Amino acid sequence: MTLINLANPSRVLALSARILPWLTAATVLAFAVGGVQAYFAPDDYQQGATVKIMFIHVPAAWLGIFCWMLMSVAALGTLVWRHPLADVAAKAAAPIGAAFTLMCLLTGALWGRPMWGAYWVWDARLTSVLVLFLMYLAVIALWRTIEDPTRAARAAAVFTLVGAINIPIIKFSVDWWNTLHQGASVFRVGGSTIHPSILIPLIAMLAAFTLLFLTLHLAAMRNEILRRRLRTMLTVQAAAAT
Amino acid sequence: MTPLAALILRDMRLAVRVGGGAFIGVLFFLMVVTLIPFAVGPDLALLARIGPAILWLGALLANLLGLDRLLATDHEDGSLDLILMARIPLELAVAAKALAHWITIGLPLVVAAPLLGILLNLDPRASGAVALTLLAGTPALTCIGLIGAALTVALRRGGLVLAVLVLPLNIPVLIFGVTASNAAMVGPVPFGTPFGILCALSLMSAVIGPLAAAIALRQGLD
Repeated sequence: MTLINLANPSRVLALSARILPWLTAATVLAFAVGGVQAYFAPDDYQQGATVKIMFIHVPAAWLGIFCWMLMSVAALGTLVWRHPLADVAAKAAAPIGAAFTLMCLLTGALWGRPMWGAYWVWDARLTSVLVLFLMYLAVIALWRTIEDPTRAARAAAVFTLVGAINIPIIKFSVDWWNTLHQGASVFRVGGSTIHPSILIPLIAMLAAFTLLFLTLHLAAMRNEILRRRLRTMLTVQAAAAT
Repeated sequence: MTPLAALILRDMRLAVRVGGGAFIGVLFFLMVVTLIPFAVGPDLALLARIGPAILWLGALLANLLGLDRLLATDHEDGSLDLILMARIPLELAVAAKALAHWITIGLPLVVAAPLLGILLNLDPRASGAVALTLLAGTPALTCIGLIGAALTVALRRGGLVLAVLVLPLNIPVLIFGVTASNAAMVGPVPFGTPFGILCALSLMSAVIGPLAAAIALRQGLD
């Protein structure tokens, strides 16, 4: 099946219906393996059991970034090849990326409370993830303001690519700003290499969360295709009624 | 006269006439700077310390306010369609429009900043630093705003979405603008480092802004 065949929504629906159960099963399995490993992972000698928040926090952060990269590739597909599936992929990805980024922020806050004594500090990483979350909300807002789906897709694609250029710049400037204001008051995580007893569960959880993302994304893409069909049917119906 | 010069002159004329927004921006800037002491109190030492930040925030917001008129008026009266069909490259045309917008909205903010600095108890050195950083940084604000204006040009209520789109992208400019201003006053870093990065941000957005805006206009208005 070539890329051009995927421009046909019916084929995408048929293909995804075949893939989705397997992907779901793989996700459940990966979470079972990763969850057991994370449960039996040793506590940190300094942080105690709170270190296990990392098994949710780090995959969520990774997916927050990964999702924007996926949206950027989809944006290129929209602008360069005008591929209809790229529009659908980009639109379906944005809320999922926002959800994972929010999850990263929330687990970070819960982790920060016992470690730093505050739910929120203006640490460089926290701040740049917060800005990433704002960018997700902005792109969702753009999707929701432009009525025509293909035009919304193009506008969102331009913004996604501008964001892809700007997010590293924002990250750099927040790091600069933070070192200027905060100095070394916040302790560093991950300065040393992570012990394998924690690293292996972490990798397992990363794989599980990535599979979860792919499952959710595929399901959301199916919904979006169906939603577009419904929209067209309603438009045709309304046109016939008048 | 070349078409681009004509376009710039036309936009500048429109901005200073009735219905143009050239001086509203400065007025808004004055209002914001007047409001902040009511919120934080008339403590002159505190105001002098956060003065550059207040001026930068005020200029950023005042600049934001003018952006939704940058392309929308031309879209309403149809002249944007003429610009799209013209022989001059669209990238250059929107860059010319951004330049005219900066001269009429951005530059007055730069000129007003030292005067407003008096209200905030800034010494001449600090006021000069703020004005210099604004001079280097406002082109970046305009060019990033140009992308937002192009993306939201056809929307009926585009102003709010425009702000939501543009503000996160403005964070680096704000950081380096305020850092450079503070560096000139107290320091710990030399003024040149953040100021150089601020100039780099302006130059980079002067390239990316018109390119992305032209893509957005071509894709959005066909």
